[in-house]
Amino acid sequence: MKNVVVCVKQVPDTKGGVKFKPDGTLDRAAMLAIMNPDDKAGLEAALRLKDEYGVKVTVVTMGLPKADAVLREALAMGADEGILVTDRVLGGADTWATSTTLAGALRNLDYDLIITGRQAIDGDTAQVGPQISEHLGLPVISYAEDIKIDGDSVVVKRQFEDRYHMVKAKMPCLVTALSELNEPRYMTPGGIFGAFEKNEDGSDKVIVWGRVDLKDVDDSNIGLKGSPTVIAKASDKVAKGKGETKQFDTPDESVDYILGKLKEKHVI
Amino acid sequence: MSLEEYKGVYIFAQQVDNELSNIALELLGKAKDLASSLEEKKVTAVLVGSDVKGLVDQLAEYGADKVIVVDDPELKDYRTEPYAHALASVVNEFKPEILLVGATAIGRDLGPRVSARLHTGLTADCTQLEIGDFPLIAMPGKEQKHNQLLMTRPAFGGNTIATIACPDYRPQMATVRPGVMQKIDPIKGAKAEVIEFNPGFQKNDCYTEILEIVREVSDVADIQDAKILVSGGRGVGSPENFKLLDDLAEVLHGTVSCSRAVVDAGWKPKDLQVGQTGKTVRPQLYFAIGISGAIQHVAGMEESDIIVAINKDPNAPIFDVADYGVVGDLNKILPELTKKIAEALAEKK
Repeated sequence: MKNVVVCVKQVPDTKGGVKFKPDGTLDRAAMLAIMNPDDKAGLEAALRLKDEYGVKVTVVTMGLPKADAVLREALAMGADEGILVTDRVLGGADTWATSTTLAGALRNLDYDLIITGRQAIDGDTAQVGPQISEHLGLPVISYAEDIKIDGDSVVVKRQFEDRYHMVKAKMPCLVTALSELNEPRYMTPGGIFGAFEKNEDGSDKVIVWGRVDLKDVDDSNIGLKGSPTVIAKASDKVAKGKGETKQFDTPDESVDYILGKLKEKHVI
Repeated sequence: MSLEEYKGVYIFAQQVDNELSNIALELLGKAKDLASSLEEKKVTAVLVGSDVKGLVDQLAEYGADKVIVVDDPELKDYRTEPYAHALASVVNEFKPEILLVGATAIGRDLGPRVSARLHTGLTADCTQLEIGDFPLIAMPGKEQKHNQLLMTRPAFGGNTIATIACPDYRPQMATVRPGVMQKIDPIKGAKAEVIEFNPGFQKNDCYTEILEIVREVSDVADIQDAKILVSGGRGVGSPENFKLLDDLAEVLHGTVSCSRAVVDAGWKPKDLQVGQTGKTVRPQLYFAIGISGAIQHVAGMEESDIIVAINKDPNAPIFDVADYGVVGDLNKILPELTKKIAEALAEKK
């Protein structure tokens, strides 16, 4: 095993609270952009394989030019190379068009193992990883809680609701990582510095690819036009009608209030 | 391909260890509802596994008019490739208009693999499905298609909601959140037309090998089945203090659940977690105790019939979704509440 490729996505951070514009729509610009947590766990898993086996770790992202930031972060954590796939014609892609695009980028690369996060916190679909595996004709193991190498195979602890399977797949293959997989390392000061340094030959450590660089991808399968699903309606969520909130002087009054409501609603 | 060739609502009838998962029955309930607005009223369940024919009658009782059975030893335990081959082959042979899959750990792996193989759209984790027009409102110069599947799903950790259509590809595929759709009351003795179909399974490099299956036995009740949930958050303070919630749940014959913070702190197992990354619940009564009400939590419980919140922070967002909120100390309120409810129930007897 020589090459591990990790797919990451830059997402708005929902943890510190979601910001809305005065008109009630989501204010993406006001939210911090971070590396998607499941993807970061996938990157950490790849870096551990680098520590153990000396594999080369390449990180690929598709997004706006500013997604360069997550690649620099990955480099600062220890990745060897970053590839930013960005092009206007790729915009508005659903999971199908995103997966065909990423598959087109991955066809240019050598890989034994591709790791993606299970799902991104902005879309929560968990679809792009398995869809890439299908386009590339690779076995897929989703929901990985642990990844081990066994000769030319990977052995993955695959999570289900009430059990896990130890699953073995022949490489090359694709694995989708859960955040539970590990605790991602921090960037090191030297790493941060190095992430912005040029390679010895003067080239940048982040390579930028556009539409023309995608291999074996038809125009009908990219961007908004290549997306089978379309948004009929989008709205910020209408909060459920607010009920009543009471603050009483004594616990007894609180108890009587709740008791009264439960009786009124025939719960008791 | 002609879109008109595709007819009927199909569901993937997930089974594990030759037992139907709840989601299969929930999907049948929704499929019945959708099919009633379409020309083809019959609902078809696709049952994939090994020695699973015994499950056909149960599917019929819950609303399946037809069951397509793909039965093969290769399908004993879930593996992506043979299951994807089975389901994709059924679609190619029978051409359904709509295909619903549960948004479970199986369905969220199988769905995308199958949709990519079929080159069609897939909408993830839907919480609402209906038949309608796309675009929703007729626009001059643009064809408005009728009888489309409109798939509604939360995104952004539940902060936004989108309705998605798949007007130009078939089948229209959706994965559906467990615990959201309603099963029908079973029709005892109902029978379905059974079609056996085997596309043939040839091992290739995409076949994985299951080395071991480890069941994580859980002695806790399924919180999705509970009519009353007493849910605690970080504000409960300690694992020991959950005793107050246990007592309340006991008198109400309810079940204790919790927020993500409680699971992260190691106080309760993940099975009991309500929310975006836990389970979606819709009990008749939901107590949110010491739960601040982060949007990710609310996404998993806001459909509850009655929500009662107790929190010492008057600004906690949980009060925005609660029907009845009380600002106060749960340590003082809960023991007294439990006692009085027990008394009230005893009086009724």
